[in-house]
Amino acid sequence: MKKFISGNDAAVQGALASGAQAMYGYPITPSTEILQIWSEEADKNDRLIFLQTEDETTAGFAVNGSVLMGVKAFTATSGPGTVLMQDGLSMAENLRLPTVTIVMQRGGPSTGQVNYSQQELNLAVFGGNGEGLRIVYSAGTPQEMYDFTLEAFDSAWRYKFPTLVLGDGYIGKQKTEVELKHPLNPYQNSSLLAGKNLRNCYSSEEQFYEYLSKNILDFEEKSSLIARSESIGPKNAPELIVAHGSVFFVIREALKVIDPKSKKYQLFRPVTLRPFPKQDLKVAARGKKKIWFFESSYGQLYHLVSAELDAASVSAKIIKVFKPAYRFLPEDIADSLKGGK
Amino acid sequence: MNYKTMPKCYKNSSKPHFFCPGCGHAMILKQLGSTIDELKISAEVVFGIDIGCSLLAWDFFDFDTIQTHHGRVIPVMIGVKKANPKKVAVAYMGDGGGYAIGLQSLIHAAYRDDPVVAILVNNTNYAMTGGQMAPTTFPGEITTTSSSGKKSSGFGNYLDGLKLLSSVADQSAYLERVSVSNPRQIVSAFKKAFETSDKNHFSFIEILSICPTNWKTDAADSFEFLKNMEDKFPVQKYPLGE
Repeated sequence: MKKFISGNDAAVQGALASGAQAMYGYPITPSTEILQIWSEEADKNDRLIFLQTEDETTAGFAVNGSVLMGVKAFTATSGPGTVLMQDGLSMAENLRLPTVTIVMQRGGPSTGQVNYSQQELNLAVFGGNGEGLRIVYSAGTPQEMYDFTLEAFDSAWRYKFPTLVLGDGYIGKQKTEVELKHPLNPYQNSSLLAGKNLRNCYSSEEQFYEYLSKNILDFEEKSSLIARSESIGPKNAPELIVAHGSVFFVIREALKVIDPKSKKYQLFRPVTLRPFPKQDLKVAARGKKKIWFFESSYGQLYHLVSAELDAASVSAKIIKVFKPAYRFLPEDIADSLKGGK
Repeated sequence: MNYKTMPKCYKNSSKPHFFCPGCGHAMILKQLGSTIDELKISAEVVFGIDIGCSLLAWDFFDFDTIQTHHGRVIPVMIGVKKANPKKVAVAYMGDGGGYAIGLQSLIHAAYRDDPVVAILVNNTNYAMTGGQMAPTTFPGEITTTSSSGKKSSGFGNYLDGLKLLSSVADQSAYLERVSVSNPRQIVSAFKKAFETSDKNHFSFIEILSICPTNWKTDAADSFEFLKNMEDKFPVQKYPLGE
């Protein structure tokens, strides 16, 4: 079924289709419609749980509580809210709680700029006091807000890691046709606390190291099942362009004009920022003369992968087009590509 | 250890417990365990604990227990209760967790009348980190961050959390302050709190407790200090609303 809805609405529809039962949140632009639409859904359906909490910290921890009881629960936020949710995400990470957090990025601190950015990548991937044992999807369209929210609930409960869907203000507010597919087999959930005493406090370095090492090993083992990328254009093209989220789609549009015969550029995106599809990027980077990074941040994506490219002995010239908290239009892409020697 | 005198819901493998000798927590948890035994609700209880000395209770009982983060036990237990209303959600915290870092959540839980049983153990200091000043520390009291005695000017007098909560809690909530000097009263307060939770309302029990380690007091002086606390923090049920 197709519906003309916003990216924020699509996230709610994805959560509903995944069997999510509880949502806790706090109003913050540009993610507020997720809270609003869920509250309207909860008004119509007694099975759904909704609480507008006193702050984002509480929203994050309430999600942890519901998930412990085996209920699929999520929250949605942006900017300073993403900062406040890190403590709860760290708890979820260490206790392997399958929470879902939808982050619609905005720019800068506090109310710096409430439209758009890609500045919350670091927060989404490594924001907590821990090792970033999280799954992070980077969505680029309202359709993907729906699809990746479905996937996020599935991955969270299947692998028991907190999962985030990273979007941005443009995607959240933009209305378009979204195909509401139903998940094939919604992953079954059950209480994670029954018969247990769970903790995030350890008596010694040895005890904690042993516990954490198991989680890290498990994350590494599951990574190949979770990590995903997308690539368009010829694999033997001389130049590679790397971008994520909505910037990927801007570049895709620009390339239709700049490289209509699809000869010069291969365009690569990580669908999951964590675990990162390292192998896919290494393969894409092989033999390239130039590698372009386009991002609406000062290199948060680039810094996530630069070590991998070094390790793969990629000798391509790296060109960074960073516009922190600033949009890209297709013509900006064309100008950059023409200018880059 | 003679387990016959211990509550049945104790997790024997975690005893002897890790609390300091003479700590009030052990006395309070024993009364909590006995009450839960008597009411036969151990299968329904979800025990949530905050950070501070309370965290040492993470494996104290044989029922479902989740140790949360500092100041966040109330939010987690709200999530628990909303997800499974048949459960009895107990949030256990210290005065730092409840009256400082987690105060916002405590006030809002009272204000919304969330059906959680909140238990706050007040020993007038941050004991786990070595006895720092708390909002409950008395003027003149020596702690590791008020080495010449707490100055009320700039650091506040002493926070009466129950008075504060009674001004926002719903009429159907139950608020009471008790003291470790009177274990029977603790049990009766717990029972009243569980009854209130059964009726889907918020309950809050503050327990004045002793901390010989950080107060640097012997048994007699600990209870002398407690008497002083009982004078300043009235041990009573709190009337709600106008």
